[in-house]
Amino acid sequence: MALDFLIQLLVNGFIIGLLYGVVAMAFVLIYKSSLVVNFAQGEFLLIGAWACWWLLAKFSLPFYLAFIFTLVFMTIFGILIQLIILRPLIGEPIISIIMVTIGLSIFFQALMNWMFGVFVEPFPKIFSTESVNLLGLEVQTVYIMSGLISLLIMISFAIFFKKSRLGLAMRATAFDQQAAQSLGVSVKQVFSAAWGISAIVSAVAGIVFGIVNGISSGIAFMGIKVFPAVILGGLDSVLGAILGGLVIGLLEHFAHYLDVQYLNVGNMIRIAPFYVLLIILMIKPYGFFGTKDIERV
Amino acid sequence: MLELKNIEVVYNEVVLVIKGLSLEVKEGEIVSLLGANGAGKSTTLKAVSGLLKNEDGEVTKGNIRFLDEEITNSNPSEIVKSGLFQVMEGRRCIADMTVLENLRLGAHTRRDRKNINDDIEKVLNYFPRLKERNGLSGYLSGGEQQMLAIGRALMAKPKIILMDEPSMGLSPLLVKEVFGIIKKLNEELGITILLVEQNARLALNVSNRAYIMENGKIVLEGSSKVLANNEDVKEFYLGGSKGERKSFKNLKSYKRRKRWL
Ligand SMILES: Nc1ncnc2c1ncn2[C@@H]1O[C@H](COP(=O)(O)OP(=O)(O)OP(=O)(O)O)[C@@H](O)[C@H]1O
Ligand SMILES: [Mg+2]
Repeated sequence: MALDFLIQLLVNGFIIGLLYGVVAMAFVLIYKSSLVVNFAQGEFLLIGAWACWWLLAKFSLPFYLAFIFTLVFMTIFGILIQLIILRPLIGEPIISIIMVTIGLSIFFQALMNWMFGVFVEPFPKIFSTESVNLLGLEVQTVYIMSGLISLLIMISFAIFFKKSRLGLAMRATAFDQQAAQSLGVSVKQVFSAAWGISAIVSAVAGIVFGIVNGISSGIAFMGIKVFPAVILGGLDSVLGAILGGLVIGLLEHFAHYLDVQYLNVGNMIRIAPFYVLLIILMIKPYGFFGTKDIERV
Repeated sequence: MLELKNIEVVYNEVVLVIKGLSLEVKEGEIVSLLGANGAGKSTTLKAVSGLLKNEDGEVTKGNIRFLDEEITNSNPSEIVKSGLFQVMEGRRCIADMTVLENLRLGAHTRRDRKNINDDIEKVLNYFPRLKERNGLSGYLSGGEQQMLAIGRALMAKPKIILMDEPSMGLSPLLVKEVFGIIKKLNEELGITILLVEQNARLALNVSNRAYIMENGKIVLEGSSKVLANNEDVKEFYLGGSKGERKSFKNLKSYKRRKRWL
């Protein structure tokens, strides 16, 4: 019984971990290409989720249409945020930029609460079956969907950065901005693209999260929660972000198991990642995959 | 083809580094730009290719024309598109990309995307030793990285390449090879080259004309053959022995006056 419960939790933890990995990737994408620490990442999830919900609830659009419109909207949203708010700040001290993204986070949080209220709204049901039996485990259909979408996003990322012209340009810019420019890469375009893509990916994660748990401002907490994941992976590593997300997802669910079984504290699932964050920062300040330059002149 | 007229470059709004420099590169030429460390050679190239902004530098006077278009302070992606490509000092390969990815990246500004794979083949035929290198370019040797940097430049199909110290840190044998490649690119592909070098002997050998700069100005110019036999050039750059003159300043003032006043 207890073992079943543990396995169940770990499966959930794995799937949620993948989703954290996706959000962490979105975060790292911005950090890597433009060195901006985006504290409003969680609000991107929230805005995406609400936008999709709104299209579904107000206009009764079919899900796939609402989804596509949301992604289009979020692309534009992400690019506009970069153009209007962050571009003028290029060259300003890091701390000013951080203050601005924290400001954005607070602003959008409040705006969403004002527009959509503070109560949890469920997404309209998408799947008719609640759960399916997977190797003897009852797994909720939405969890499976969540896991598949996360994997799909990760694979698209890998292909995008390996094959596409823009993907290569973004990697080059992340590695050496001036060298990228000398090859004709427009850094402004890369920054905008990074924000646009990050916003799309965040929106997908937000929608998935909303489908699984309902939408509330709690979704934005994901943006904070991925910090341990991102730090664990090293701020500038995409692969690290994914692994960091997985580890955090597994870990918090394991902590939850201990909590329920033995500790009875009641909130380990929320705070365990941050204990881990503290410990990591003490022993490995650059994370496990942080910049490891190939040194050769 | 490329013409710099009396340009001044200022860093951080105060440091004047290029102080009225003029030079010209005609189509099909190899032109060397020589000078001591800190003379402003790299700055001159970056002024042309639009890469000064990253370093808070700016062309404050004069103008730069390429193919009869004004390109002073234009942005680098426009300049690359117009056919001018700089291979920066230190090669600047993207170390966490493979050779092939670096090459594809070189074609970033090109519209004819479907020819890119063929062109990668062609470039690799120029640099056969890159063919076997499948790992990250960060692990290539210095010489291989230089070849990759030049190959990447070719991928952009430029009309002119500005090369900043391609021989830096290479063994004498490799330096010869790199210079051979430069000559070949010029002869076979008709690419015009502006070459910045410390290795004056080889640079004068491979180029048609040369400029010598000191302290942000051109102090001497002429055909490479003539310059290679110039006593002062020999003394300063080709390891000639006699004399204790420290600078062209005390020396060729009459010549400079002719040009500057
Ligand atoms: N980003 C910068 N900010 C301020 N000063 C600079 C900057 N870059 C170069 N300088 C100064 O401009 C002068 C010329 O530098 P530059 O790099 O153009 O010389 P160089 O001729 O290429 O030398 P080298 O042969 O060592 O490469 C130097 O005195 C240098 O200190
Ligand atoms: Mg230099």
